Amino acid sequence: MNIQLIVFLPLLAAIIVGLGNRMLGNIVGKLITTGALFASCALSWPIFLAFLGGDQAAYVQPVFSWIVSGDLNVDWALRVDTLTAVMLVVITTVSALVHLYSWGYMEEDPDQPRFFAYLSLFTFAMLMLVTADNLVQMFFGWEGVGLASYLLIGFWFKKPSANAAAIKAFVVNRVGDLGFMLGIFGTFLVFGTISIPEILEAAPGMAGSTIGFLGYRFDTMTVLCLLLFIGAMGKSAQLGLHTWLPDAMEGPTPVSALIHAATMVTAGVFMVCRLSPMFEVAPVALGFVTFIGAATCLFAATVGTAQMDIKRVIAYSTCSQLGYMFFAAGVGAYNAAMFHLFTHAFFKALLFLGAGSVIHAMHHEQDMRFYGGLRKSIPFTFWMMMAGTLAITGVGVYWLHAGFAGFHSKDAILEAAYASGGGGVTAFWVGAFAALLTSFYSWRLIFMTFFGEPRWAASEHIQHALHDAHGDHDTHAHGDAHDNAPAQENAGHDPHTHAPGAAEVKTGTGGYHPHESPLTMLVPLGVLAIGAVLAGFVFSHAFLENGAFWVGSLAYDEHLMHAMHEVPLWVKLSATAAMLIGLGIAVLAYLVHRDWPARFTESFRVLHAFVLNKWYFDELYHVVFVKPAFWLGRLFWKKGDEGTIDRFGPNGLAALVAGGGRITARLQSGYVYTYALVMLLGLTAAVTWAISR
Amino acid sequence: MNLDGFPILSLMIALPMAAAIACLFVGANAARWLALGATLIDLALGVMLWVNYDISGPQWQFTEYAPLFGRFAWALGIDGMALMLLMLTVFLMPICIGASWEAIKTRVPEYMAAFLLMEVLMIGVFAAQDLFLFYIFFEAGLIPMYLIIGIWGGANRIYASYKFFLYTLLGSVLMLIAMLWMVQFAGTTSIPVLLQTDFPVEAQTWLWLAFFASFAVKMPMWPVHTWLPDAHVQAPTAGSVILAGVLLKMGGYGFLRFSLPMFPEASAQLVWLIFALSMIAVVATSLIALVQQDMKKLIAYSSVAHMAIVTVGLFAFNRQGIEGALIVMLSHGLVSGALFLCVGVIYDRLHTREIDRYGGLSINMPKYAVLFLLFTMAGIGLPGTSGFVGEFLSLMGVYQVSSWVALVCTTGIILGAAYSLYLYRRIAYGDLTKDDVRAMPDLSARELWLLAPIAAVVLWMGVYPESFLAPMRNDVGTLVARIERARPAGDAHLTAGKPAAAAAHAETAHEGAH
Repeated sequence: MNIQLIVFLPLLAAIIVGLGNRMLGNIVGKLITTGALFASCALSWPIFLAFLGGDQAAYVQPVFSWIVSGDLNVDWALRVDTLTAVMLVVITTVSALVHLYSWGYMEEDPDQPRFFAYLSLFTFAMLMLVTADNLVQMFFGWEGVGLASYLLIGFWFKKPSANAAAIKAFVVNRVGDLGFMLGIFGTFLVFGTISIPEILEAAPGMAGSTIGFLGYRFDTMTVLCLLLFIGAMGKSAQLGLHTWLPDAMEGPTPVSALIHAATMVTAGVFMVCRLSPMFEVAPVALGFVTFIGAATCLFAATVGTAQMDIKRVIAYSTCSQLGYMFFAAGVGAYNAAMFHLFTHAFFKALLFLGAGSVIHAMHHEQDMRFYGGLRKSIPFTFWMMMAGTLAITGVGVYWLHAGFAGFHSKDAILEAAYASGGGGVTAFWVGAFAALLTSFYSWRLIFMTFFGEPRWAASEHIQHALHDAHGDHDTHAHGDAHDNAPAQENAGHDPHTHAPGAAEVKTGTGGYHPHESPLTMLVPLGVLAIGAVLAGFVFSHAFLENGAFWVGSLAYDEHLMHAMHEVPLWVKLSATAAMLIGLGIAVLAYLVHRDWPARFTESFRVLHAFVLNKWYFDELYHVVFVKPAFWLGRLFWKKGDEGTIDRFGPNGLAALVAGGGRITARLQSGYVYTYALVMLLGLTAAVTWAISR
Repeated sequence: MNLDGFPILSLMIALPMAAAIACLFVGANAARWLALGATLIDLALGVMLWVNYDISGPQWQFTEYAPLFGRFAWALGIDGMALMLLMLTVFLMPICIGASWEAIKTRVPEYMAAFLLMEVLMIGVFAAQDLFLFYIFFEAGLIPMYLIIGIWGGANRIYASYKFFLYTLLGSVLMLIAMLWMVQFAGTTSIPVLLQTDFPVEAQTWLWLAFFASFAVKMPMWPVHTWLPDAHVQAPTAGSVILAGVLLKMGGYGFLRFSLPMFPEASAQLVWLIFALSMIAVVATSLIALVQQDMKKLIAYSSVAHMAIVTVGLFAFNRQGIEGALIVMLSHGLVSGALFLCVGVIYDRLHTREIDRYGGLSINMPKYAVLFLLFTMAGIGLPGTSGFVGEFLSLMGVYQVSSWVALVCTTGIILGAAYSLYLYRRIAYGDLTKDDVRAMPDLSARELWLLAPIAAVVLWMGVYPESFLAPMRNDVGTLVARIERARPAGDAHLTAGKPAAAAAHAETAHEGAH
């Protein structure tokens, strides 16, 4: 019963508040949605703790039947096992906190009920995804979170850039969904069922079989896993299908924290783990997963080092951390992937919400070049961001087995990658280097934002705020600008324009005094910070060393988990070393020698442009896909339909019959009669036949 | 209630017929109410039909038989597939009358009479059990549609009705000849008997092609689809709704009722033709929809793409494909009908179909924006809406025959999302910058009553499609059994697994890890 409440309360809240909207008003709408989420959250933790204590068995709660077509039997059902329980607490906790945080963040938005209804709808869809007992319901959740993501990215729908980002997110995800759908079709063809437990049970028996696909023959399980993984790549923004994630930052910051950091983007990782027994019989597919994961991890980390928009830095960081999770899964350490998913949810949500607090204080300025020296003005936010950064960079002491959340989960991934040998060793090196970059861009963000001299005066947003507030900023620091918030939160800074280093922007506060955010925003930060500090240390044993904890909900590799402990000491220390090097470079470049970034940009102009422009993926896709699609559409329409089919078809016939010209006027009255005549002639023939026999 | 022996189908045909005649003798307002009343009673009769339909009963139910002359008979009866399409018809008709309530100002009695006649003929098509009775209903259905476009249509209505007429005529002549041959061969005009007749394989190909000529136009399949965008653009809103909602389903119904069960071998031989045309349609018409500036044209082109999913599903020769195709037909009838109503709502306010003239409607028309979004998402095939169930099953069915066809047709989900969301963005999102757009009021109560029932059914069909699948299950089973002998082999040719060898391989992989 509890699981039904957990899943359906958010749906109920979304429907009531979505349809009630202005009739209910802001406060009621917020109370209903937030209340529902806290209730869901309160019901989820006992389930998770019961699994942790080992006194809870997996079960499936049927709801009702969905699609029945021959052998295909799809039910609405809620599956609860360890993997689901982990996701339940992640989703409901972050979602509840984000709901609460949004009370403050969206305080002055005119459309609050709609925002909260979307958030709750998202949570429902995500819960349906993780409780799915069959692939089709998983796809339902998968598309449902896609819809919510589309609606929330485009929440400020007056802004063209937000609309573009929303469509891009949906369409790019659909490319992944194409793979997912074909994967489901193939799975049904091979196994005759879409029930996940049945597939997983039958999967080992299909090892070594082959299947015809697109005219060639392939290993069956490899084809299926690769198709399904394409879906995961779309949702989790992996290299090639990642382009929507940075643009998704157009959405309000709480959305970025919930959907584009902690939950939805991890759905791909969840899927691979859920189907891990299938992937285990497809070594080639696993190799591909490792490769894509490692490549994304590195790619996104490099791009993250050059971005100036605070949210974009964190977005690329998310992309990169998802890469870690995938290569962990690829080398067979699914539990390590899930552990990183778990810890990452806390510290990444914390970083995003912290960034939101900074943005809130800085009057919707998101460009870090206009920050600086903020630790004195917003000390609580600063310390919370510090906690998040210590967690993501993986600060910890190996000999004490104690550290912030990321220390436990990221080290486990690197050790597992090394221990798995083969391609895993390459992934280890890539991951270690990415850890250096992670540390660099994370500290760079902290230093540019909270240290140094204030550079606020040059910001248009700040000037706007000062202008509007008429010196009355003690009480109205956030002032009128919220009324047209859509125009204010501008994540769409075009990185193509000349980007000066922070050192070039003139310093000064411009007379602006940033204020710490309201309590509704600070409490969630505090709670998440506890998670970011403790989640790794507290849960590391259960996630990494306790096969019994997972009880068959994913493929737990006892071998690999032992081998992890036997890797050389330098491997175990490598992540910490990379972190220290990254920190050192950041300290040198952004605290000590502040002219370094500008000089670096100057010396490595091409490299910098390449990284700043995100390896030119967007430009490439525009030329290869978007433009040709429109060009082909016009071609098929003008040259195909009108120029060929119509010209030689109806128009040609008309010209032929009537000798061209204005036949229509003469014939128009005749059509019906001609038509009726033909019918009549036919019927006469029929009648003649009928009577003559 | 027991309907044994009660001629309910005849009543459903006679009632709108009588109302249509009566309409011609009353004033505009009385004609409106008369038409609404008649269509609502027909809807009530339809619900009775559904309630009394025995899912596990005989294939043909509510049969009526009255010999006319010679071998002709007034033979009616429905199976589950016909029942569902008939329900779609009687459900959409009152909505069409409501949609024309204020939009049609000239020759109202004649207009209402034409619509009622249309309903008569559409019900006739789905209920006819006599081949020539079917032919009359099937072909005559075009006359009222032709009049609706030609008289109450837009500026370029003459060209549109000419095209509409020309395409359809060519197809129907060939079909008639084929029918005459079939009747000659089988010695009966009874459709249930013809369904059991095995036509010689050599003749099947020709018969199949003749029927194909008619059904492909009605469907419409690429490349005989070009009448559809013009017809939609010129037709009044309700005309578009009934055209997209029911008339386009007649092609699919024809394939199901005639081509597949009567000519299974020919269907299997020519399946490549259906697949090729459908694949082209999905990709080409979706891309064309992407570059349209006219709302109705965009939705018309998207219909062609959706109907291609129906044809591949039907010719997948398996249960998922056929059941999926049927659900796509029902779903598309509802969703595209609703989308045309949505276009009508704003067309009535601004009198233009040009997409760029709108923008920002979410601000001043929130109710409209919500419903429009729901139907857009259903068109895209979002799970939880009717669009998903049908599309998913059809594509799953066709995957079992050919992975290539499945791959190409599944790209429709990407392209569909692109053109639909692009349309929605240009109409509902963005800022309200144009004064005349800002002045547009939100949905009136009448408009809400037209759209809300469709929205409810779209969600119902998406969450619990069993209600709609159950009545059709046995009939699809009969059809699948009938065509089983000709079923083309799939391209998968799955081999059995060799788990032992693979396990050994995995073991060595682990060894390598140490």
